[in-house]
Amino acid sequence: MQRAAQIRNFIAENFLFGAADQIRDDASFIDSGIVDSTGVLQLIDFLEETYGIAIANEDATPDNLDSIDKISAYLARRLDGSRKAAPPVLEVAEAGGQS
Amino acid sequence: MNPAPAISADILRIDAACEIERITASIRDMVFRQLSRKGGVVGVSGGIDSAVVASLCAQALGPDRVVALFMPEADSSPESLRLGRLLAEALHVRAVVEDVAPLLKAARCYERRDQAVRLVVPEYGEGYKFKIALPGLMEGERYAIFSVIVQAPDGQTRRVRLSAAAYLGIVAATNFKQRVRKLIEYYHADLLQYAVAGTPNRLEYDQGFFVKNGDGAADFKPIAHLYKSQVYQLAEHLGVPDEIRRRPPTTDTYGLEQSQEEFYFTLPLEKMDLCLYGRNNGLLPEDIAAAASITKEQAERVYKMIDAKRRMARYLHSEPLLVEEIERA
Repeated sequence: MQRAAQIRNFIAENFLFGAADQIRDDASFIDSGIVDSTGVLQLIDFLEETYGIAIANEDATPDNLDSIDKISAYLARRLDGSRKAAPPVLEVAEAGGQS
Repeated sequence: MNPAPAISADILRIDAACEIERITASIRDMVFRQLSRKGGVVGVSGGIDSAVVASLCAQALGPDRVVALFMPEADSSPESLRLGRLLAEALHVRAVVEDVAPLLKAARCYERRDQAVRLVVPEYGEGYKFKIALPGLMEGERYAIFSVIVQAPDGQTRRVRLSAAAYLGIVAATNFKQRVRKLIEYYHADLLQYAVAGTPNRLEYDQGFFVKNGDGAADFKPIAHLYKSQVYQLAEHLGVPDEIRRRPPTTDTYGLEQSQEEFYFTLPLEKMDLCLYGRNNGLLPEDIAAAASITKEQAERVYKMIDAKRRMARYLHSEPLLVEEIERA
């Protein structure tokens, strides 16, 4: 299955409860209210598991993930390009008391 | 034609004495007339909102008709109980301490929560502390992605992005805390034929910063129309102890201290206050940006976030749905 179709299916099944015709490939998930903050985590989990990549937080931006078209373009850069996957651990802070 | 006057933070100034009079009259009407209850139960957290609600109830109903409930659990700061007692003494209301940790333990709240944390931090265990946090909204165009900040017994901390399963597992387990507290509040309310006071301010009520059927449940919510800065204005006028007024708002839910800003609102509350006011009153992002000392782009992002959180809050506010309308007395 083409990536765009896989993503559309995931969005439809998880956020639109099967109504795939409600989403255009260029529609913003944020502006259309389809994906909330939990939904973003679910979307990232789906992309990481389905495509075997780790998405670092600096990549988890609306520029990369806010529509089916944007995700397809991002995946094309990651999977068809030479970029290496980054681990999900973001930082190690200083030792010490509570922040 | 003269240009419209610039908007400043003063737009949220209220006549505190007048507002207190209005709210206390309303509390009397809601509790005695509309709800037919003999008094009020207030869960007191040691924070500003519950302190103001308890003070308003004591003034409206009389101190002898108000019960202040303190409900510490394993992760509560001892400071919360101390400040709660300080308030109850100042108000001369009956104070009751109910340790809810055994109930939470019986519901496996801590165990379920720790299992969820271990999904992303396998070594998490005895002696560790954690909190969950969002990135600040002021930092740029990015998603509000939750991370867990874990402190090991040796003091080393690290931040790891949560998976959806870990995030939902942590939230579902910790929501036991607010729901168990509400259980205890209604026990005391039933015992005394009192009504339960809810303590959300306008930011929390509007933006869904509450647990459905947990702290979101109440018989009346006397400050739900007030912006956070207005709650502080009332607190000063009501004589809420300085220590409570100066305490930074905290969730008091996780082992590591966690501000409401990092857990939910993602920007300082005084800025959030102004932006919500601007959104509610049809002000342009550039107008509210000047008052809140943020950029126009940041104000636009906050407006978007307000709308997104309102969409999420719809479910939290919704009453049970029925297949058809049923007439009620």
